[in-house]
Amino acid sequence: MSLAFILFFVFAIIAVAGAVLLIVAREPIHSALSLIMVMVALAALYLMLSAEFVAAVQVIVYAGAIMVLFVFVIMLLNAGMEERTNWSKVAKYAGLPLGVFLLFELAHWLAHSAIGASVANGSEATNAAVSTRALSKMLFQKYLFPFEATSFLILIAILGALVLAKRDE
Amino acid sequence: MVLLNYLWIILALPLAGAAINGLFGKNWPKRAVNSVAIGSVSLAFLAVAELVREFAQLSPGEIPWVKNYFTWIIAGPFRVNFSLQADQLTIVMLLTVSFVGLLIHIYSTGYMEHEAGYYRFFSYLNLFMFFMLTLVLAANIVVMFVGWEGVGLCSYLLIGFWFLKKSAADAGKKAFIVTRIGDFGFTVGILLLFWTFRSVDFGTIFSKVVESPTDVGVLTSICLLLFTGAIGKSAQLPLYVWLPDAMEGPTPVSALIHAATMVTAGVYMVARMNPLFSRAPIAMLAVAIVGTITAFYAATIGLVQTDIKKVLAYSTVSQLGYMFLGCGMGAFHAGIFHLMTHAFFKGLLFLAAGSVIHAMGGEQDMRQMGGLRKRIPVTYWTMFIATLAIAGFPPFAGFFSKDEILYSAYTGPYANKALYAVALAAALLTSFYMFRLVFLTFFGGPRYDEHKVHVHESPKNMLVPLVILAIFATVGGWFAAPKFWGGQDYFRNFLGPVFKDASNLRQGQFSEFAKVAGNLDAMGPSGSQVTLRPEALAEIEAADHKLELELSGVAVLVALIGFFVAWWLYVRKPKAPEDLAKSVHGPYTVLMNKYYVDELYLALIVRPLLWLSTNVLWHVVDEGMIDGTVNGAARVARGAGGELRKLQSGNARSYAGWVVIGAVGVTVLLLGIWMRMAP
Amino acid sequence: MSVVPVSYYLVLSAILFGLGVIAFVLKHNIITIYMAIELMLNAVNLAFVAFARAHNQLDGLVFVFFVIVVAAAESAVGLAIILTIAQNRHSLNVERVNQLKF
Repeated sequence: MSLAFILFFVFAIIAVAGAVLLIVAREPIHSALSLIMVMVALAALYLMLSAEFVAAVQVIVYAGAIMVLFVFVIMLLNAGMEERTNWSKVAKYAGLPLGVFLLFELAHWLAHSAIGASVANGSEATNAAVSTRALSKMLFQKYLFPFEATSFLILIAILGALVLAKRDE
Repeated sequence: MVLLNYLWIILALPLAGAAINGLFGKNWPKRAVNSVAIGSVSLAFLAVAELVREFAQLSPGEIPWVKNYFTWIIAGPFRVNFSLQADQLTIVMLLTVSFVGLLIHIYSTGYMEHEAGYYRFFSYLNLFMFFMLTLVLAANIVVMFVGWEGVGLCSYLLIGFWFLKKSAADAGKKAFIVTRIGDFGFTVGILLLFWTFRSVDFGTIFSKVVESPTDVGVLTSICLLLFTGAIGKSAQLPLYVWLPDAMEGPTPVSALIHAATMVTAGVYMVARMNPLFSRAPIAMLAVAIVGTITAFYAATIGLVQTDIKKVLAYSTVSQLGYMFLGCGMGAFHAGIFHLMTHAFFKGLLFLAAGSVIHAMGGEQDMRQMGGLRKRIPVTYWTMFIATLAIAGFPPFAGFFSKDEILYSAYTGPYANKALYAVALAAALLTSFYMFRLVFLTFFGGPRYDEHKVHVHESPKNMLVPLVILAIFATVGGWFAAPKFWGGQDYFRNFLGPVFKDASNLRQGQFSEFAKVAGNLDAMGPSGSQVTLRPEALAEIEAADHKLELELSGVAVLVALIGFFVAWWLYVRKPKAPEDLAKSVHGPYTVLMNKYYVDELYLALIVRPLLWLSTNVLWHVVDEGMIDGTVNGAARVARGAGGELRKLQSGNARSYAGWVVIGAVGVTVLLLGIWMRMAP
Repeated sequence: MSVVPVSYYLVLSAILFGLGVIAFVLKHNIITIYMAIELMLNAVNLAFVAFARAHNQLDGLVFVFFVIVVAAAESAVGLAIILTIAQNRHSLNVERVNQLKF
């Protein structure tokens, strides 16, 4: 058992535990916090996969900004313990079992597929290319158009949020 | 050669008249409608005359003259062309139909003068002429059937001319429906005909049946089926019930359609199909039997009728029976001859009756008439002449034609003495009830209120046709008179080529007879010319003459007896009929009620059919099944929609559930496919 | 330097995704449901990064980058909508948002 394995399993368990907590928690704020836990664990896993930039972005943007936004909204709405209603039969009787099935199906398939087997261990020689400089080069050359488009998208999102959340005076 | 090539002109003229009057005549003055209607029919008559002239110049090899105008139906091997033909029989029929038709058109301008719907009447009348001429000119049985059905339609339209009167509308329906039953048999006959001979053209069929032997059973079936159509159209037993009711229509209609032309279509059809009939002895016998029984049966009903038109209606049924008897006995020329003379005297009888009704201001019951002899003399004399003709007194037309028929019933290859006796009895009854009609109407004192009814003679346009028809009823028989009466046998010789096949067969059978009698000189195969020794021939001819004289004498005697009995009962002792009726009350009532046949049909056929239609076909099939299916489909759609819309519950969580279901489905599908495709 | 086989990461991604789906259908609070969506997105991100590592290409990482950006924009708008709904319905129960029905 090498260090990598142990680290992997630790972070994996943390991530899964966070997800389970999200389901189990009764107050939304608890769910939010468990999601943050998941994201941090995932960031660690990205680091293990030599994707430092992504890990950093994950923590800063995803966990640091988006989840904070969630927490703010929960606070604004004073969301407390949720009311339990069970009106939808479809969700309860079809959605849940199928969700479980999906989980196992995907997991099984991914575990035994050719993809996993073909790529066994990463070699050190390949790590050289993964650097922020290379990433930004790709971003501004190959994916320039999507990059600009996303900036436009963010602008629209801001406008949309403004319009939607405005109080009618 | 013009008209021979353009035979369709004869048809187009009355059709154009019908169309013009029908479409535009509503607001025209009567004069305009008259000129169109009478003009078209007179032009048609002139065309027929021209056709006769051209026809006379044809050589015997060119007859029958067939002209094909266009191909109408092509359905695999079933080909029907619109072809018209002209042969001697056609000529006779054309002349009769167009001439009598023209006279009746002229008469109608007077009779229908005060009627609303004047233009409609003439439009229908012209349309009728068109269809009748089509029937006569047809060169194949399908085109004939077109004319057949067309005259049925016009009959319906004209019987129900006063359609606001319920009895008239009902009578029209009755006529159409009853003839339809016969037409069904006719249609099956056409199908069987095509199935046997692979053609519907007369020429093709006749040459096939002459040259190659055809199964007698099939031929008999065809003939019997076609004859059922004739039973319906020509009002024989048991489908005669529509003709008396058809008297609801205006009198000119009764004269034209139900005396002179349409009802004779059945006889024409049998005569036209003589090559088939003469090879199916059973069918011939059936025709003769039906005709004879009908003749007698209808005469018995006519004895006691009180409506002047009803007497004539039953008389028509009876005379049609005679025509079928003639055909059934193989003497087709006699049947057609009687058809022609009947057109003259029966047409005249109806028109004169119309004149009487017109004079009496609409009264049709003979018990309310009497003593009209002096007031409407022209009508009286023409009617009297017609009665003499129908009773069979020489030298009037009816004598010669009836005589031929009775002769053929007595002797000849198909002769049947029993049928002869019945036919003779019917002649007796005919004479009696016709003279009864004359005496009741014109003799004795007036039985009506002279202050209420002002009897006046009819206008000229009604009287002139009467006189013309009377002339023909008198002389019409002369040119057909057989040799020993001094005539030249023109008619029989003229129609000879048409019926030569039948007469050849008769000769063949005759030669068998002659062989046995030892009079044969040369033996030839039956059907070919056989020569008899001159002495034997003279002997046979002499025997023939004697027989014919004897039979004619019997017929005239019978007619005289009828005359005297009628005279006795209705002129000498006017009270006698009432006492007679009381003493034979039972039979009298039966006759008065026409043997209760209508009631019988109503109970046996009409009521069950109505019940079937209402309870089964309407409620069960139409409302239950058809509506049920359609409504059911709608209900299913609505139900399905109703269930499906519950999907849109509005509940977002159920939507979430559905999304997951869909996602899982797609995933499994993709994984499954990719698994197979993975290298 | 990963000695751990890539398939392990993928399985973990699948597990997280499945848990996200389960949370999506199970919870009532709108915000919690939205968080489940974010969880699913994260799981997918993990898969992308794993694949990028496996094929030694940077395209996967760029994709992750974009996913995060879009998720950010999406949450801004989405939470604004949630705010509006909460004001209108006076409840955060997703089953109370049921007006758009037959």
